Amino acid sequence: MTLLIAVTAAVISTVIWYTKGNNYRVSTLCWMFWGASLMWLVDAVSEYIELCDEYFTPVPADMLNDAFLGVSVVVFALVIWLIDLLVHDPKGIFCKKVSVSGTKGVTENV
Amino acid sequence: MACFIVPAAEAAAITIVRRIAESRHYKKYSVTKVSTETVPVKENGILYKTRWLTNLLWGGSALLAFEHVWHGEVQPWFPFLTAMRDSESTSVMLHEMATNGIGMAALVTGVWIGMLAVNHIQQKKSIQEVQ
Repeated sequence: MTLLIAVTAAVISTVIWYTKGNNYRVSTLCWMFWGASLMWLVDAVSEYIELCDEYFTPVPADMLNDAFLGVSVVVFALVIWLIDLLVHDPKGIFCKKVSVSGTKGVTENV
Repeated sequence: MACFIVPAAEAAAITIVRRIAESRHYKKYSVTKVSTETVPVKENGILYKTRWLTNLLWGGSALLAFEHVWHGEVQPWFPFLTAMRDSESTSVMLHEMATNGIGMAALVTGVWIGMLAVNHIQQKKSIQEVQ
C-alpha cells in the first residue's frame, strides 16, 4: 500500500513537472518519490519471495496502517519540498516579503 | 530494519567525490585563467549527471528513514537503531542490509545507468538531426 501511494505520488509529481516545468522545484518531489518507490519495490519483492501468495491478501488492519504511513510519507515529502522551495526561493517572493516586513519595522521604529 | 543506510551511504560517498571533483574543476580553470569567471560544470557531463543519482538516493533514503522512525526502528538516542540492542537482532539487521539494502542501492544505480543510456541516445539523435 505504501509502495502504491508512493508510485502514485511520483507519477503525479512527474506529470506536474512535465506540464508546468520546474518553476517551483517540483523535480525535488519527483526525485524523492521515485527514489523511495524504487527502494520500496525491492522491499516488496523480498517480502513476496518470503510470503508468496499471502503477500496479495494482507490483513485489513495492516493495510490501513500502511495506507496511513503512505499518506504520512507524502506529507513529509511535501514539507521537505516546501522548505527546499523557501530556501532556494526561485521567484524571490519569500525574500521580498521578508525584506518588506523588515523595512516596515524599521520605518515604524523611526 | 536499517536497509536505508546502504543507499544513504552510497549517496554520501558519491556526493563527497562529486564535491571534490567539482572543486578541482573550478580550481583548474581559475589557475590557468582560461576565463575571468569560473567555468561551470558541463550540464551534459558525467559529473553533473551524478546529481540525478544522488537526488534519487538521498530522496529515497529520507522517505525510508521516515518509515523506519514510524515503525520504531530508529530512535533519537544511542545506539539510534533498536536492532543494535542485542546481537541476535543485530545479525538480522546486518542480513537485511546485505540483501535489501544492497538490492535497493543496486536498483537505483541501475535505473540511473538506464537514464544515462537514454539521455546519450537522445543527444546523439539531436546531433544527427542538426547535421
